[in-house]
Amino acid sequence: MARKTTNQKAWFLVVPVVVLVAFNAVIPLMTVVNYSVQETFGDNVFFWEGVKWYEQVLHSARFHASLLRQITFTGIILAIEIPLGVAIALTMPKKGFWVSVCLVLMALPLLIPWNVVGAMWNIYALPELGLLGRIINGLGINYNFTQQPIAAWFTTIMMDVWHWTSLVVLLAYAGLRSIPDAYYQAAKIDGASGWAVFRHIQLPKMKRVLTIAILLRFMDSFMIYTEPFVLTGGGPGNSTTFLSIDLVKVALGQFDLGPAAAMSLIYFLIVLLTSWVFYTLMMKNEEQ
Amino acid sequence: MRKLTWLAPTLYITFLLMPIYWLLNMSFKTTNEILGTFTLWPQEFTFDNYIKIFTDPTWYNGYFNSITYVLINTVISVSVALPAAYAFSRYRFLGDKHLFFWLLTNRMAPPAVFALPFFQLYSAVNLFDTPIAVALAHCLFNIPLAVWILEGFMSGVPRELDETAYVDGYSFPRFFVRVFLPTIAAGIGVAAFFCFMFSWVELLLAKTLTSVAAKPIAATMTRTASTSGYELGLLAAAGTLTIVPGAFVIYFVRNYIAKGFALGRV
Amino acid sequence: MAKITLQDIRHSYIDNPVTEDDWALKHMSVDWADGTACALLGPSGCGKTTLLNIISGLLDPSEGKVLFDGKDMTGTPTDQRNIAQVFQFPVVYDTMSVYDNLAFPLRNRGVSGAALESRVHEIAAMLDLEETLHSRASGLTADGKQKISLGRGLVRADVSAILFDEPLTVIDPHLKWMLRSKLKELHQQVGATMIYVTHDQTEALTFADQVIVMHEGTVVQIGTPVELFERPKHTFVGHFIGSPGMNLLPCEIRDGAAFFAGTRVETDHAVKPAGAAKTTQIGVRPEFISFADQGVAVEVVKVSDAGRHSIVETQAGDHVIRLLLDEGEKAPEGQAFLHFDPGHTQVYADGWMVE
Repeated sequence: MARKTTNQKAWFLVVPVVVLVAFNAVIPLMTVVNYSVQETFGDNVFFWEGVKWYEQVLHSARFHASLLRQITFTGIILAIEIPLGVAIALTMPKKGFWVSVCLVLMALPLLIPWNVVGAMWNIYALPELGLLGRIINGLGINYNFTQQPIAAWFTTIMMDVWHWTSLVVLLAYAGLRSIPDAYYQAAKIDGASGWAVFRHIQLPKMKRVLTIAILLRFMDSFMIYTEPFVLTGGGPGNSTTFLSIDLVKVALGQFDLGPAAAMSLIYFLIVLLTSWVFYTLMMKNEEQ
Repeated sequence: MRKLTWLAPTLYITFLLMPIYWLLNMSFKTTNEILGTFTLWPQEFTFDNYIKIFTDPTWYNGYFNSITYVLINTVISVSVALPAAYAFSRYRFLGDKHLFFWLLTNRMAPPAVFALPFFQLYSAVNLFDTPIAVALAHCLFNIPLAVWILEGFMSGVPRELDETAYVDGYSFPRFFVRVFLPTIAAGIGVAAFFCFMFSWVELLLAKTLTSVAAKPIAATMTRTASTSGYELGLLAAAGTLTIVPGAFVIYFVRNYIAKGFALGRV
Repeated sequence: MAKITLQDIRHSYIDNPVTEDDWALKHMSVDWADGTACALLGPSGCGKTTLLNIISGLLDPSEGKVLFDGKDMTGTPTDQRNIAQVFQFPVVYDTMSVYDNLAFPLRNRGVSGAALESRVHEIAAMLDLEETLHSRASGLTADGKQKISLGRGLVRADVSAILFDEPLTVIDPHLKWMLRSKLKELHQQVGATMIYVTHDQTEALTFADQVIVMHEGTVVQIGTPVELFERPKHTFVGHFIGSPGMNLLPCEIRDGAAFFAGTRVETDHAVKPAGAAKTTQIGVRPEFISFADQGVAVEVVKVSDAGRHSIVETQAGDHVIRLLLDEGEKAPEGQAFLHFDPGHTQVYADGWMVE
């Protein structure tokens, strides 16, 4: 990599980006911080409350429950999507006409508006009208995602796997394509088994893209809102109420601005800290 | 063993296409058929749902609104990200690393956190319910993304290119537009693709920042679903139509997708 | 250790080759005696790597057979051919230590315990890798990595042949010399058949006892370095090997002799009438031309110093003729006459030497 030269004038090139992002990030963030330390009874009258809302949120059973659901959900979808994505990428054709077909069809779910994803899965999974609902009930399993928490979880997870595994596939596939043929040829000559090729060639070369895939899937699944909201509305009961859904319920549904703001910041911090730790570990690993 | 490797991608693609097929299937059915009998393909094939969408302004305006803010956002994001990415890839300056990381943190902000403050902010500056508001709001996550992708592509261009151009007497703007941009055309394509994609699929902010005039298509659908619950055919047709622009875009950039991903930058 | 034979090999990357140009490798049969150090020399795209991959079994030839010690190996998978191959870019398993890299091919073949350990140490000693044996392979320099690639081939005692595919491409110039002499030394020590693909004539001529020159998918000449130099069978060989390359001058054939620009040129062998040949040329290396009182009339254009000798560029009509002068010899100025050493002057008809 070429060496960079120090040039403070480069700031001029960055100014438009900083202005636009700051407008969108800093002002709203300040608003949230502002709300999070005050109480209001309407009419734009605010009272200083200090860290009261933070304490309330951190001790609230409701927040704990949402957080636990969120962590469980993210854990499950990572455990499914990453290995599945890698497996699909490994079996994809390497060249020719079918590569384009696979890429285009696989990328399709990524470009569907998120609430359409929710609506589509709703229609697909309806116990009476939906294909999936019919199939599962046809197997003799009583399935109704609007009534049974387990069915709701199952459907939400299926939907997320459907929606996002392709991202992992595309990343892993790109990682695999960057391995020179000589590695596979050398492995053949060395008499390596298929597992050894995966363990010692493919996996190490995919490490970087997989880290990015895990990071992205962690962040995005942790922030998930629209798809489960449209599919289940957070129900039945609160069974699929993840952090974002809960937050919107508190903020816009109950208009409890203080607690909602405090919750927002705690939430943001969790995502940020986890990503940062992950990012740092990744960078450290890369330097070795 | 080897002969069976096509099986996994085929099964996976089938799994991907089944819900889409079901949506398509529903969109060509009459409400009676949907509610009356369970059929794997439309028995009374109808275009009524599509005709309704193409003739009712509240429906088709939704498409225009969506496309408008997505395009505005893509243009803004990519054009401001270009010089910034150049600065990050070529120069060292005060606070560059922190700035870069700060930009990326915005990709990590849950939109739900910003929904309410955004509503207040854009109301305050009188942009509420305009495509511009949504386009600007989406800059929050699309600009960092575009900077990240473009920086990756630009770092791959040798500095000698810049130096040669300056020696040849090019001014910076002329060099940037005439020489540099054509060199990273693929990168611009990839960045634009991802900006388009994330702006097109995001709905929480888009819905929060609009009410009537600039309502995105996806939000129009939500209304139908909640008010008249049984217009599933119409909902399916609208949903099907939202897949079309994405499919087009993917088709055109299919050869660049893998390349963009290959940089390990998304 | 084995004798390797290619029988009537042809290969095309296209499913239905029609024209001659569709064949990446045109019809050929080659023999390598057990223990040869052979170089495959030719410019990029001449089919060298294709040939190498056919030997190692990474590629199945469209036609023909590959024999090891007379046994038909065509279609036998690579790992059962007992072949080792070193690639252009070093291939090491990043996650493993140098030791594990060297042990990998043996472990895959079920070798373990003391036998494995002693063999790995033996090979590491041979390649001067002992000091880094327990560090991560990914941390090594390019030449270190290339040694590991080589080591993974050598570690198997039973290899039939070691194939090298331009192995010094990414090595620093000053290390190239060291690695090349190391290879030569290893060849003498191990005695394995080694086939070395390169586009660099110096590498080929210093490494090999036998050089195969390839051009556009055909073998143009097989011979020792001396043969290639003194009696190039094809103008391509004359031009490609030697620096500067062979002088090629159009000539006329009459009365059983060759004439260049009206001057009769004595050649190595009797010249038959040209027959159907479209072009006839005289080929003579700069090393075998000297100034004389009579002969081919030329004008001296330029003299450049190339260390131990100087290169004189002369012009005869439209044709440039280069010759070498030893240190201390002086080139005349202006008009001069050249003498071609008859023992090293050949006639070529349509590119091929007339015999």
